[in-house]
Amino acid sequence: MMDYINAFWVGGAICALVQILLEKTKLLPGRIMVLLVCTGVLLGAFGIYDPLVEYAGAGASVPLLGFGNVLWKGIKKALETDGFLGLFTGGFTAGAAGICGALVFSYLASFLFKPQMKK
Amino acid sequence: MGCERIGSQTVQMTRPVYMMSTASVAGKKESEGPLGSLFDQVGKDDRFGEKKWEQSESRMQQIAVQMTLEKAKKKAEDVDLVFAGDLLSQSIASIFGVLGFNIPLYGLFGACSTAGEALSIGAMSIASGFAHQVLAVTSSHFATAEKQFRFPLQYASQKPLSAGWTVTASAAFLLADEQTYKTGAHLLYPSHSQSEAAEEPIQITQVTTGKMVDFGIRDSFHMGAAMAPAAADTIFTHLRDTSRTVCDYDRIITGDLGKIGSRVLKELLGTNGYDISERHMDCGVSIYDAGKQDTHTGGSGCGCAASVLSAMILRKLASGEWKRVLYVPTGALLSKTSFNEGQNIPGIAHGVVLESGGNTR
Repeated sequence: MMDYINAFWVGGAICALVQILLEKTKLLPGRIMVLLVCTGVLLGAFGIYDPLVEYAGAGASVPLLGFGNVLWKGIKKALETDGFLGLFTGGFTAGAAGICGALVFSYLASFLFKPQMKK
Repeated sequence: MGCERIGSQTVQMTRPVYMMSTASVAGKKESEGPLGSLFDQVGKDDRFGEKKWEQSESRMQQIAVQMTLEKAKKKAEDVDLVFAGDLLSQSIASIFGVLGFNIPLYGLFGACSTAGEALSIGAMSIASGFAHQVLAVTSSHFATAEKQFRFPLQYASQKPLSAGWTVTASAAFLLADEQTYKTGAHLLYPSHSQSEAAEEPIQITQVTTGKMVDFGIRDSFHMGAAMAPAAADTIFTHLRDTSRTVCDYDRIITGDLGKIGSRVLKELLGTNGYDISERHMDCGVSIYDAGKQDTHTGGSGCGCAASVLSAMILRKLASGEWKRVLYVPTGALLSKTSFNEGQNIPGIAHGVVLESGGNTR
């Protein structure tokens, strides 16, 4: 039960902070997304993000910060095994499940649902 | 010549240009709004029988033109020119909307001010004798505009309260010279008016071409504020060019400034010594019930100003309730690329004077 609560409040807090960024700054959405991914990489590199994922589970791994963290970990691991080439392969290898999952599930959803007008 | 330039930006028609026919088509949300019963046709699901939203928008234009022609008992080949535009890239909704009619076309882009632009050029074409009857048509669709400028509907993003709600609607107008008007059918509202004698003839007497005004706004969710300075500039210039005052108009009607933009407009004109608050109306505010319909600052889009003109403003002029209005559709000039590259959003507004009754000079 505590897993759910921790995931909820950590994930919610990240989203709330970003919502403030969206509303109170003139940053374009694309820049905010890049900012989140890069921040995730940095937090991963300093070893801050993994303990957070341990604590909050999906609450920390699902937001874009988590994607940045995954990229960092993938590249680090690939650098250790493949050397220089790992710099190019590691990020996508580690992110493959998430990226491919998004593609497959959105494709499946497009079979089931038709876009509707907003009410 | 049929028209002459007065002041810096205004053209006076010296040969009459009549509003011969008009029709409006609107979507579901618009049909549930305060003007819902006034549109000629409303769609149940905003698709108008098409599978793609862009095709739905084209279909709306096609229906609007068809109904406009039918009311005036005209065929497409009777029309000399059509001026058409919309919000989509390369005006593609208008292209497929009027393609089938086979009328010589000038495609226009004036963002949400397109109705004013099309009526202005149409009126000048007729007054100067280059055409006997011309069509002006425009449209916007919530789903296509969201896809073009923000996110597709599937993305389900939330809008801030300053954002406008793109109106799903299209309207067409048939303008005619005196000869054509006097010898043809010209009942604008056949379902309400008993006979042509029951309606006052409506003329376009002046047009004031707007200048672009760049106020440094970059937020596409704040377009009312981007357009208000342009509207203020056009209204101010028009009154100066014609040596008229606000009291000479029953209404000064802006396109889609919304609640926030309307407030900015009144402040800007107020500092120039013009108080329009009692005679101002904004189509974007009028088309929805902001309290019940959750439409934020109000309606926007080419179809907003056009459909309100067709369904409501011309009706009031035809009934004689209003004698003279200054119609000022407003446009925010941006493309998705210009917005993403951080360019400003300049505004534009075109003024069209519509007068009813016999003695309109």
